Amino acid sequence: MDQAGSNTEPAAAEPIPPPAPARRIAYRHRLPTRVWHWLNALTVFVMLMSGLMIFNAHPHLYWGQYGANFDHPWLSFHGRPIPGWATIPSTYNLAAARRWHLAFAWLLVVPLVLFLATSLINRHVQGDLKPTTDEVKPSHVWRDVRDHARLRFPTGDAALRYNILQKLSYVVVIFLLLPVMVLTGLAMSPAMDAAWPWLLDLFVGRQSARSIHFICAMLLLAFILVHLLMVLLAGPINEIGSMITGRFRVPPDGDEA
Amino acid sequence: MISRRNFVVTGASGLLLGGCDRLNNSVRFRAALRSAEKLNMGAQRLVVPRNALAREYSEADMSPVFRSNGTANPGTAEYSRQLAENFMNWRLVVDGMVARPLSLPLAVLKSVPHRVQITRHDCVEGWSAIGKWHGLELSRILDAAGLSTRAKYIVFHCADRFGDKPYYESIDLVDAFHPQTIIAWGMNGHLLTVPHGAPLRLRVERQLGYKSAKYVQRIQAVESLAGIYGGKGGYWEDNADYEWYAGI
Repeated sequence: MDQAGSNTEPAAAEPIPPPAPARRIAYRHRLPTRVWHWLNALTVFVMLMSGLMIFNAHPHLYWGQYGANFDHPWLSFHGRPIPGWATIPSTYNLAAARRWHLAFAWLLVVPLVLFLATSLINRHVQGDLKPTTDEVKPSHVWRDVRDHARLRFPTGDAALRYNILQKLSYVVVIFLLLPVMVLTGLAMSPAMDAAWPWLLDLFVGRQSARSIHFICAMLLLAFILVHLLMVLLAGPINEIGSMITGRFRVPPDGDEA
Repeated sequence: MISRRNFVVTGASGLLLGGCDRLNNSVRFRAALRSAEKLNMGAQRLVVPRNALAREYSEADMSPVFRSNGTANPGTAEYSRQLAENFMNWRLVVDGMVARPLSLPLAVLKSVPHRVQITRHDCVEGWSAIGKWHGLELSRILDAAGLSTRAKYIVFHCADRFGDKPYYESIDLVDAFHPQTIIAWGMNGHLLTVPHGAPLRLRVERQLGYKSAKYVQRIQAVESLAGIYGGKGGYWEDNADYEWYAGI
């Protein structure tokens, strides 16, 4: 378990010392999690920014099998809507953006599969990410929502576990958004549609797949923004440090302080 | 504190962006990105059965308006003359590494049994249109010409030009002999219109639209793409760095 490694347990024979203003350091993130996190920090930004450049080439989204200029988009922009600071490369270049996007896609997919396999084997998924039955009770979720809204962050041992909103957002990202990004990406490939025609059935057409790809990308962007905000609010040095070294300085409980 | 944070964030994104543009301008980095094209093609050739068909749709699925793209009219004196003659004297030349070079009149191409397929055209820009195509399997033309065993690519030379550069495209033998790869002379129940490539165009249904060259007048079998125009196998490949393999 990630959160088992507290190093402040006194040896059994010693008398219990008075509660020192302990700087309790706990091992919170295992190596596969940390490596995957930082690789994604790079890859997801490249995918988002090169993807937004590709979007600039035809900034209209449709539902169904087909969709082009004379059809009816559900989302449509004039010109090239995404500004250069948000795209790779920063000036309009569809060919280059595709080369970035279709190369870095491998860095998204292969580590995702490896992370999922590792995390099932080392029970990160079952032990840390899976919500417990108590946690999914509406009253518990609601309390966590209120705590987040008041910026009241967990302390002590509770700070070593993912809270329910964290668990739900990580589960949605890892098990829903990322796989759907990959599959809708594949569904846009005419060769893959020939090999796996069920992709077209699953997403009800290539243009629907393209729309879902875009929507999931925006949801991932929203996740990243909230994630960065929470890191800043919860103490960026401790949070970022723990994602680098794995070690987390546990915020003391009220009675520990 | 906030302003310092803003400063750091802005600075970091500036560095990131500048870095990406610098990387994009680096020959070695672009070569690394380009190697992913080979990886993508290799992976797709591994996963996609050789004769797996692109989905064929019903008439109800067809785009009400099939937009055209690229050249709307080649507009050369030669093409305009052929157009005025209703392409009566248009010939499809088949040469290069073949045993029997051919020069096929349009009427002959249209007189033999042909294939009709309702397929989806996916543009590299992102849009799709579904249309019905009428044409002759490329494999039958290549068989008639007796393709050399040394030939590896089929090059399509077109009547349209971008500036001083003629449009051309190329595919390998996997796509050339795919049952849905046709030299089309009809679309949506009528002869091809000028914006859609009259009188003959290629359909490569498992790749993006720019591979489906319009205004085809010559088919050349070659062992290597080096030495043909820019050497990258197509007009867009030579001039805009689009991937030669456009299955994705």
